[in-house]
Amino acid sequence: MLDFVQQLVSGVALGCVYGLIALGFVLVYKATEVVNFAQGDLMMLGGFFAFTFIGMMGLNYWVGFAGAVAAMALFGMLAERVVVRPILGYPQFSIIMATIGLGYFLRSIAGMIWGTDDLKIETPFSQGVLRIGSLVLAYDKLSVIAATMILCTLLWLFFNKTTLGTAMRASSENMLAAYYMGIPVKRVVSIVWAISAAVATCAGVLLAPITFIHSNVGLVLGLKAFPAAVLGGFGSIPGAVVGGVLIGVIESMAGFYLPEGWKDVAPYVVLLAVLLLKPEGLFGHHVRKKV
Amino acid sequence: MRFLFKTDYEDDIKLFPHSGYWVSYGVLLALLLIAPYVLSSYLMSQLVFVCIYAIVGVALLILTGFTGQASLGHAAFLAIGAYTAAYLQTYNVPFPVYFLAAGLLTGIIGAMVGFPALRLTGIYLVIATISFALIVEEILARWESVTHGNEGMRVKTLSLLGVAVPRDSPTFYYLCLAVLVLTIVGTLNLLRSPTGRAFVAIRDSETAARSMGVNVALYKVKSFAISAAITGFAGVLFAHKLSFISPEMFTLQLSIEFIIVILIGGAFSLHGAVLGAIFIVMIDPFLTYLKDDMPGMIAGIAAAFGAGPATAGDIQSKVAAFASLNGLKGAIYGIIIVLFVLFEPLGLYGRWLKIKLFFQLFPLYKRATFKRQKIYVKSERNR
Repeated sequence: MLDFVQQLVSGVALGCVYGLIALGFVLVYKATEVVNFAQGDLMMLGGFFAFTFIGMMGLNYWVGFAGAVAAMALFGMLAERVVVRPILGYPQFSIIMATIGLGYFLRSIAGMIWGTDDLKIETPFSQGVLRIGSLVLAYDKLSVIAATMILCTLLWLFFNKTTLGTAMRASSENMLAAYYMGIPVKRVVSIVWAISAAVATCAGVLLAPITFIHSNVGLVLGLKAFPAAVLGGFGSIPGAVVGGVLIGVIESMAGFYLPEGWKDVAPYVVLLAVLLLKPEGLFGHHVRKKV
Repeated sequence: MRFLFKTDYEDDIKLFPHSGYWVSYGVLLALLLIAPYVLSSYLMSQLVFVCIYAIVGVALLILTGFTGQASLGHAAFLAIGAYTAAYLQTYNVPFPVYFLAAGLLTGIIGAMVGFPALRLTGIYLVIATISFALIVEEILARWESVTHGNEGMRVKTLSLLGVAVPRDSPTFYYLCLAVLVLTIVGTLNLLRSPTGRAFVAIRDSETAARSMGVNVALYKVKSFAISAAITGFAGVLFAHKLSFISPEMFTLQLSIEFIIVILIGGAFSLHGAVLGAIFIVMIDPFLTYLKDDMPGMIAGIAAAFGAGPATAGDIQSKVAAFASLNGLKGAIYGIIIVLFVLFEPLGLYGRWLKIKLFFQLFPLYKRATFKRQKIYVKSERNR
């Protein structure tokens, strides 16, 4: 029983990691109906920025963290301006390819600048564990869980309660109509890329003690976070976190109880099963088309 | 400029609309046939890969370009074809039999993937096909009694009617070329048949297709099966060309490469698959060539502009150091993809059409002909 609970808890912690990255996917998709395949690489880049500020320039952890988030928000805007803006309104497929290209570019550039070694950031949560009875949970994982919950709540409030959030939802529904209603669509898209790059950076910095920072970390984790976002129904913010936690729990349970090899596949098997029964994901909603 | 005067439907669906096609394709075929006697063995080997990639490109075009169903799982179909060939070969099954068996098995598996994919659209379909590919990859690594797991499988030399066909012989190239040509002709015929028309109708609007009486489910599954089967055939050739296969050759990376093939080639015409395949396969030798020769060339240019020998040498070593940086290839790859999407959404074949039209209309060509009209997004969630 204790094994089960311990696996559950570490699964939830792992799942929050995925959820945190999945949030970035969902944000961009929710506002622009674009799937950003470079999301994981933005996260990786955020980690490297934080490493530069904290590890190389010796800034205070929190100052470096904030600096990395701000720098990456600007970088997100830049990426949007260069790669996405010119093809805004093209078929989804083109934009997916453009972001895949962006991902390639960022990965190799990061490899050239920061080298190919695993880097590590000293964080206030690096040491120590929380013990509840005989359960053990490291502080660095706890910080990820807390950050995921906070960011999820903030973003949910932002999308559903603020004017800017409503504008984003409107422009994803129909760009032209939103423009006619006086929404500056281009600026909205630019802002959402900034936010999603900032969220990605939070993920990158918080994950640094757990996964380390190297140029392929984004690709590896992005490939896990992507099913998490889909499982939750791509356009739903709480769905991303729930999906992430589900994937994480399934992965750690499969790793513990099932024969070797299932650990990597089980999340995808479950994903396929869910998509068979609910093609729109768990929290997505089905809309019929009028002809 | 030539005006084609069409008087009936037969004129509209002709494979060769006018005699010029016979001439140009005849010349192309003749050039391809004499290629083994002209090109170096390295280029011939690359040409075989072009054929294999083009076959997969055509397969992917049927599914993605003409039926509108995105797939990032075609590496898995290629793997199934390759492994079927390698496995049957251990039982001394003759080539024609396992070639067809690989296509058949991959086609059946493609149909099985097609069924669950019926209800999925857009991004959900993409992730479903990625999941499928990852699961296949894991099965290949774990099912050791058949696939030998991560150790991989050795593929014996192809033997056709009792004659051995080594993987770098001209005969093997001719075999790949023949499969490619047959695939292209077959696909062209498919696309002008009612089935092909139904595919295109589904791509343009599923609802409209359904209301015109097209059985959407049936044709989607058909499209998946045909596309997978063709990829399976390519897989057999791929296995023979590499002569050794292991699970890590068939990763998501390869699936993405196939998508890039049709994207860079142009996802609206079969020409695109071939042009894209040439591009993807040849970019590697081209970059290597640049890496070796660029530094000398740049130093030469610098010298021509009056730089002293010391400065020129300095420049040469700096450029060489830059060119041999780790991961530069990935960056160039990324830049090329982005530039293509940004500046040539119609791909290489689109560029060719533009050049052709420019000369046909000579002083009257205007850029707006190819300009995209709709530049806003309406939600695809309500499809």
